Amino acid sequence: MSQISFKKIAEDKIQPKEFSFSSKNMILVKKILKIYPKNNQESSIMPLLSIAQNQNNGWLPKKAIEYVSSFLEIPEIKVLEIATFYSMYNLSPVGKFHIEVCTTSPCMLRGSDDILSFCQKKLAIQIGGISKDKMFSLNRVECLGACVNAPVVKINENYYEDLDLNTTDKLINNIFTNKKIKIGSQSGRKGSEPRKNSYDKKK
Amino acid sequence: MIKKNNIIFKNLYGRDDPFLKSAIRRGDWKDIKKILKKEPGEIIKIIKESGLRGRGGAGFSTGMKWDFMPKSRDKQHYLVINADEGEPGTCKDRDIIRNEPHKLIEGCLISGYAIGATKCYIYIRGEFFNEASILQKAIDEAYANKLLGKKIKGSNFDFDLYLHYGSGAYVCGEETALIESLEGKKGQPRLKPPFPASVGLYGMPTTVNNVETIAVVPSIIRRGHDWFSKLGRKNNTGSKIFCISGHVNNPCNVEEELGVPLKYLIQKYAGDVIGGWNNLKAVIPGGSSVPLLPKDLCEDVLMDFDSLKDAGSALGTAGIIVINKNVNITKVILRLSEFYKHESCGQCTPCREGTGWLMRMMDRIYKNGASVEELDLLQEVTTQIEGHTICALGDAAAWPIQGLLKHFRDDLLKKPKKVEKVA
Repeated sequence: MSQISFKKIAEDKIQPKEFSFSSKNMILVKKILKIYPKNNQESSIMPLLSIAQNQNNGWLPKKAIEYVSSFLEIPEIKVLEIATFYSMYNLSPVGKFHIEVCTTSPCMLRGSDDILSFCQKKLAIQIGGISKDKMFSLNRVECLGACVNAPVVKINENYYEDLDLNTTDKLINNIFTNKKIKIGSQSGRKGSEPRKNSYDKKK
Repeated sequence: MIKKNNIIFKNLYGRDDPFLKSAIRRGDWKDIKKILKKEPGEIIKIIKESGLRGRGGAGFSTGMKWDFMPKSRDKQHYLVINADEGEPGTCKDRDIIRNEPHKLIEGCLISGYAIGATKCYIYIRGEFFNEASILQKAIDEAYANKLLGKKIKGSNFDFDLYLHYGSGAYVCGEETALIESLEGKKGQPRLKPPFPASVGLYGMPTTVNNVETIAVVPSIIRRGHDWFSKLGRKNNTGSKIFCISGHVNNPCNVEEELGVPLKYLIQKYAGDVIGGWNNLKAVIPGGSSVPLLPKDLCEDVLMDFDSLKDAGSALGTAGIIVINKNVNITKVILRLSEFYKHESCGQCTPCREGTGWLMRMMDRIYKNGASVEELDLLQEVTTQIEGHTICALGDAAAWPIQGLLKHFRDDLLKKPKKVEKVA
């Protein structure tokens, strides 16, 4: 049954003592505030939380939630509510490479379960876990919206598509050895085109 | 079936560059000045007569939806684009955003002009980071070339376009949940009425449209409603991007006319079912939320709104998930039950609790097989959820199971020989 991990707020001992936006991110934040009407600044909670998460190595500490709440003058509970409702906010640390394997039906039909268990074995971590050296974390996620390129794995903000066990192995080895990895389809096709050029022939 | 010169998304596969110069070469932004000289009512009329139906799943007439917007312009009107694509089996908007962003931007401008919206938000799912970066670059290009902003192309029309990132919630694909989320709240759907056209984003009149719907608007305005309504079938006009995934040899996205036979799509573009057509078990024809079709219905069903409705399913988003005989079909539907359980927003009790019941019952049936009583109970639970929730997520959780019970009851009653390991 579903083993999709639920949100755990990180223990106090690993929570940072303080948080504030870096000067570089502050420029971005000011830009974002401008796109919503003056009286509706609540709209910027989500983008601001995303910026905070990026600044803090991919997870949202308690202090960041407090900070965004006082920055926007919005009750903290409202910000916390957003942080727990949406699945892309991580409330505990993730690895430098946060690996998310899609296992919804279209990916499952093309072997995503094997890829997930392969990743577990290869990285020696459990679903929802993080490696000791903090390099890798692994999670099972719901539909990533790239179904014709299944199975799909998302590592940080990039999609890796059309995977099989060989290409997944290569992908992870390339991360291990710091090699550049190609984003997108690993089978050599472009985007979502038919693999054989049946479409071209018809034209 | 579709002729080459009728294809709207010429750069669907990204073989050409997505940005302005190439987009203009492909015909985008042509005569935009002339289009903005038309009366807004005239644009709505063209869209109405073209018969364009929303491409996001519900298939409601786009022209009619626009007509619901108040005609007086004393309040701020909003156009909101639903780019929170996440229906399992569907990945068409992603291709439009990354390969044809200018079609979407131009569509936003024309649609906004037609409904009197001077501000538009594109709500894109947060996972599409790279796609959104391309779209943002295209928006910046449009601003730099005065195709967005103040007094566009000498008209009196101002139009601003902003990107808003979602953060991973399937339910935000529902229009009122999307509005809630855009307002900085949890994505929990609102009761309707009032409809967004009267009380929408920030309480103002709002139209929410799917990416694909908006991206085909410029082509219809340019080539006329006659051209569009001649494609496809009566009441199901135009072309549509079909996403063919699952057990086919060449999964792909393809633009075809509505009313194309399902078998033709699978065999012609996707290289047939893995193991041949006779190895087909069932097809989910419109994204995960619709009931599946067993093989005998797949032989000659046409892919459009009305034909699929008659066949007991729906076109939905046209995400075709092909399932062959090599997999236990209960497992496929179990996965969908897990999906809906995970994505239920928790607002309505029948959905919040019921999706969990469905998932646990499906899991039990998958592992141990079912008795007749158990299947009846399962059916009963689905009907308790269906129609008893604010949004359609409850229905969407119920329908795949109802389809399974309707067509594969005998399979469910068999005791499973060997249970595959569930990850």
